[in-house]
Amino acid sequence: MSLIEVEDLWVRFPTRTGVFDAVRGVSFSLGRERLGIVGESGSGKSMTGRAILRLIRPPGKVEATHIAVEGDDILKMSERQMRDVRGQRISMIMQDPKFSLNPVMTVGDQIIEAYTQAHGSRANAREKTLEMLDAVAIRDAERVMRAYPHEMSGGMGQRIMIAMMMIPNPSVLIADEPTSALDVSVQTQVLRIMDRLVSERGMGLIFISHDLNLVSAFCDRVLIMYAGRVVETCRADRLHEAEHPYTRGLLNSLPRLDAPRRRLEVLKRDPAWSDPGSVRGSS
Amino acid sequence: MNAIGVENLNVWFGKGRDRNQAVSDVSFAVRTGESFGLVGESGSGKSTILRAITGLVPSWSGRMEIAGIALGKARSRQFYKTVQMVFQDPYASLHPRHSVDQVLGEALKLHGFRDVDQRIERLLKDVGLGPAFRFRYPHQLSGGQRQRVAIARALAPEPDILLLDEPTSALDVSVQAEILNLLTDLRAENGLTYVMVSHDLAVIGHMCERLAVMQAGRIVEEMTVEDMRALRSTEPYTKQLLESSLGYTRET
Ligand SMILES: Nc1ncnc2c1ncn2[C@@H]1O[C@H](COP(=O)(O)OP(=O)(O)OP(=O)(O)O)[C@@H](O)[C@H]1O
Ligand SMILES: Nc1ncnc2c1ncn2[C@@H]1O[C@H](COP(=O)(O)OP(=O)(O)OP(=O)(O)O)[C@@H](O)[C@H]1O
Ligand SMILES: [Mg+2]
Ligand SMILES: [Mg+2]
Repeated sequence: MSLIEVEDLWVRFPTRTGVFDAVRGVSFSLGRERLGIVGESGSGKSMTGRAILRLIRPPGKVEATHIAVEGDDILKMSERQMRDVRGQRISMIMQDPKFSLNPVMTVGDQIIEAYTQAHGSRANAREKTLEMLDAVAIRDAERVMRAYPHEMSGGMGQRIMIAMMMIPNPSVLIADEPTSALDVSVQTQVLRIMDRLVSERGMGLIFISHDLNLVSAFCDRVLIMYAGRVVETCRADRLHEAEHPYTRGLLNSLPRLDAPRRRLEVLKRDPAWSDPGSVRGSS
Repeated sequence: MNAIGVENLNVWFGKGRDRNQAVSDVSFAVRTGESFGLVGESGSGKSTILRAITGLVPSWSGRMEIAGIALGKARSRQFYKTVQMVFQDPYASLHPRHSVDQVLGEALKLHGFRDVDQRIERLLKDVGLGPAFRFRYPHQLSGGQRQRVAIARALAPEPDILLLDEPTSALDVSVQAEILNLLTDLRAENGLTYVMVSHDLAVIGHMCERLAVMQAGRIVEEMTVEDMRALRSTEPYTKQLLESSLGYTRET
């Protein structure tokens, strides 16, 4: 059984100028694998992730044939059941880490609370918290525990979120740009942790990122989104051979250390890319 | 002439056992029209240096100069007409209840521009957002769209010096290419000076002539972009950073 099964997902927002479809008929499944989602800004990556956790704020609306989590359709669940899904079965690292931390509670108290909730007891919570912070390469963990979120650097906030989301030992982790604020060496350490959760504990990972090279090296499969649809899907290690002109355009717009250029290539969008239906992203 | 001069800068937060020396004895200079990169470990003090220049840290010592004039405690309005900063966190830097139109309109009015309407349209176009975005609020924008609004706001007063803190890390690569090209053009046309923080060494390589590598509050090495491209470095930390930038390799 797939960990997640999404069938014909739509996310719609009413706006002044009519209904805006942020996600348009996306279908995919997730196994015990690393599934990358790439695509340009505004293409619906975050909304796809949030819809799986029913975290689309009104007036936004989610429609789908089904969104199954280990076989259970979350569209049929009560808000109470959803809270258990969010706490225990699926964790999401939000794109805006500091925004998702409580600004008036110290970092340490927040992680300890998350740990206590997940394990039903406070025993060892402090040691575990220090261990978690160490795992995400935070130096100075004692000071960080006493600090507030606004006192953290961009990359520290991101790592604290990652540490918190791994505490409940979820079956699925949705990571929305989890390493965009990390320097490459810390990034490598954090990716190793996620990598192990997939290969050793059989977790399923949805990895949303702009970094095509990273997704290509790190993930198993990739969905490429454009204007709310999946336009192409491929094996991650074949991403550089992708055929859709949009994917090719994305690849060509990357600056390269080994091949300097005066100007970067800019994507020339073709209205035809947004027309046909979504490609299925099942393995 | 130097656009920016920083000498023996120290910045610290908190006191007692919570005292944190975020920047230690940092010195560097950026010539007018130059683009200078700051890279290094997460938490090493890169953002703090930019915030110190813009007057956003409470306790510092050392010397900071803009166009040869030493900076004191407070910053004047004229300072913000010369120096603008794009913040790392596009979520925190936009007021949640101000529409894009208000954000840009206020920045323009504050600096005495009259033709606000045309300028807003122009700014949105420059950062690749259509006119449809003008009346949206931050929560109606994706991460990358917010960052583009933040860049437009920094460009509004037509500054000479731009401090860019991870300006494109929230952007997809095609928008990144548009923004980097825009920044390249602006610099060529108006002789702007940039200090750019990024963890993406390819972006630094594309945009800058020189860079400083930071670790734990200190500059461990200053180098040219040619040296970086050739992976020529004397410092072990820099070497490690350059090697990890070659890409992720799986364990299995
Ligand atoms: N409340 C809202 N009202 C109207 N449109 C919205 C709202 N929230 C999001 N959108 C739009 O939905 C689209 C998809 O947004 P989403 O956040 O999923 O993009 P994304 O692919 O994650 O982009 P990024 O890479 O920039 O984070 C965007 O065009 C955004 O402007
Ligand atoms: N307002 C603050 N109060 C207390 N400490 C702070 C504050 N802002 C930053 N710091 C501390 O200063 C140090 C340097 O942070 P800074 O944000 O400059 O790092 P950075 O190099 O920009 O890292 P990143 O790449 O993760 O953004 C960190 O230890 C951080 O915890
Ligand atoms: Mg997003
Ligand atoms: Mg920073």
